Amino acid sequence: MTVLENEAETAHKQGAMRLVAAPMLLLTLAIAGYFLFPDNLALLTRIIAISLLVLSIDLVTGICGVATLGQAAMFGAGAYAAGIGAAHFGITDPLAMTVVGAFGGALAGLLSGLVMLRAHGLPQLVLSIAVVHLFHEAANKASRWTGGSDGLTGITPSPLLGLFDFDLWGRTAYIYGVFLLLLTFVALRVIVSSPFGMLCRGIGEDATRIEAMGGDVRGTMLKMFVIAGFVAGTGGALGAISTQVVGLDTLSFALSAEALVMLVLGGAGSLYGALTGTVTFMWLEDVISAANPFHWMTIVGALLIAAVLFAPRGLYGAVEELAARIWGRR
Amino acid sequence: MNREPVFEAVGLQKNFGGVAVADNITLALYAGDRVALIGPNGAGKTTFVNLVTGNVAPSAGKVRLAGKDVMAESPAMRVRRGLVRTFQLTRLFQRMTVAEHVALAILQREGRTGRLVGNFRAMPNVLAEMREILATLDLSLVADRLVCELGYGQQRLVEIALALALKPKVLLLDEPTAGVPAGETARLESALDQLPPDLAVLMIEHDIDLVFRFARRVVVLDAGAVIFDGQPGDAAASAQVRRVYLGNFTDARHPA
Repeated sequence: MTVLENEAETAHKQGAMRLVAAPMLLLTLAIAGYFLFPDNLALLTRIIAISLLVLSIDLVTGICGVATLGQAAMFGAGAYAAGIGAAHFGITDPLAMTVVGAFGGALAGLLSGLVMLRAHGLPQLVLSIAVVHLFHEAANKASRWTGGSDGLTGITPSPLLGLFDFDLWGRTAYIYGVFLLLLTFVALRVIVSSPFGMLCRGIGEDATRIEAMGGDVRGTMLKMFVIAGFVAGTGGALGAISTQVVGLDTLSFALSAEALVMLVLGGAGSLYGALTGTVTFMWLEDVISAANPFHWMTIVGALLIAAVLFAPRGLYGAVEELAARIWGRR
Repeated sequence: MNREPVFEAVGLQKNFGGVAVADNITLALYAGDRVALIGPNGAGKTTFVNLVTGNVAPSAGKVRLAGKDVMAESPAMRVRRGLVRTFQLTRLFQRMTVAEHVALAILQREGRTGRLVGNFRAMPNVLAEMREILATLDLSLVADRLVCELGYGQQRLVEIALALALKPKVLLLDEPTAGVPAGETARLESALDQLPPDLAVLMIEHDIDLVFRFARRVVVLDAGAVIFDGQPGDAAASAQVRRVYLGNFTDARHPA
């Protein structure tokens, strides 16, 4: 028993070590980004916001195995919740805006889940599209609150912690974004390796088998939808805080689809994959669209096809495989 | 037998179109039972399991667990009441290790899979139980291997490990040796021998030798109906059983 307890203790410590190592790497990259691209912090902040959306899709698609083309409903709900709170109710504290956005996203996640989990497979995918279109249309119609197709303006976040103004260069927004991403990443790492996370991975592979083990498939997935909504909503709120405007594009099918593409590019099922995919896709988009504003989508498309053909488990999966081959680990 | 059955199927009926795939099946299991359910291919053995677990809704009839009618309950609820099955073709999680499979089942049984924090590797009681189950089934050495890296015989053992970790009261084994290479069935058979003595086991099996070694009671199904329920020796002697089933003895070793 003592051996087991020791072993459990060691596992616990190792887990804690790994839990710290990944955020340290992220932090290093974030700091490098800050100094390497000081004029591009707005782009980096947007990458972080979209990363949260892609991580959210990873929870639902990569972990639970539910393909979705409607995740932007949760992202946009978070953005509008934070934006409306700031523009109409004077909730301009950025932390409060983030919380409002996260809960807005979680609510959207709950609604999406309640609708989508009624079906399986292709009909489910179609429901996800229906959900994001309904959200989009609702925001369009409620223009008194959302500004409709003109977008929601008048969002002026107060200084972060009462100290740091959201400056023109986007430094505060970027640093706040990095903080949010790190916090979310660590929380998701904990959740993914928790008993709940294991159950979700099981559901993703074979839901019937989980049922045959006494697992509550629908309830578990619904919980994951709410968590995913919380994460996506946080991303939406970050977008609202950093750009001080919320447009209907945050609630669009196009964003949902693009984010899913980023996930597949990076490697679904892995949190690192989600981040790798987002950074790669958005950075490429930026570089290529600057070099060739007319045909950049063609180039991105070709790269995507190459990635899917030659790295079916995504870029991160390919790197993992390569590393395994070099160091001979599994 | 004046003890209360842990499991009862009463008049289970299932018709597909005009064909009865389960025809008024009544069957009771008691704690410690070792029953083999046999019958030719297409006799409705797996259908029976699906009806009982709730994966397929019967046209008529009832299932009771420890005297309680469970017809209104979901498959998952029935599992939580102790009715556990294994699958004819193994259904395991290809991207999980053997240890994770067993730990997940233990956590599920204990109602702890809702937890968002913690890791089973840091839970001494889960580890201890997992080790014990893996040791019983000779799987300790492959605990940290992914299931897809194991041979089929070992995957079969993982199915049984999963079932045991759920601490069932009634275990339905759907062809536990199907597809297992001949050299590995001994390991599997000894695992079957070591099942908890008070567990009620219903095994669907085509390997008649195994049936006769394992079962103390045999139920024969033909065209969805029970045509025999009794001692294994009497089954072999029954003319009706011989006619519908035992003729297939020679080619009975293939999975359905």
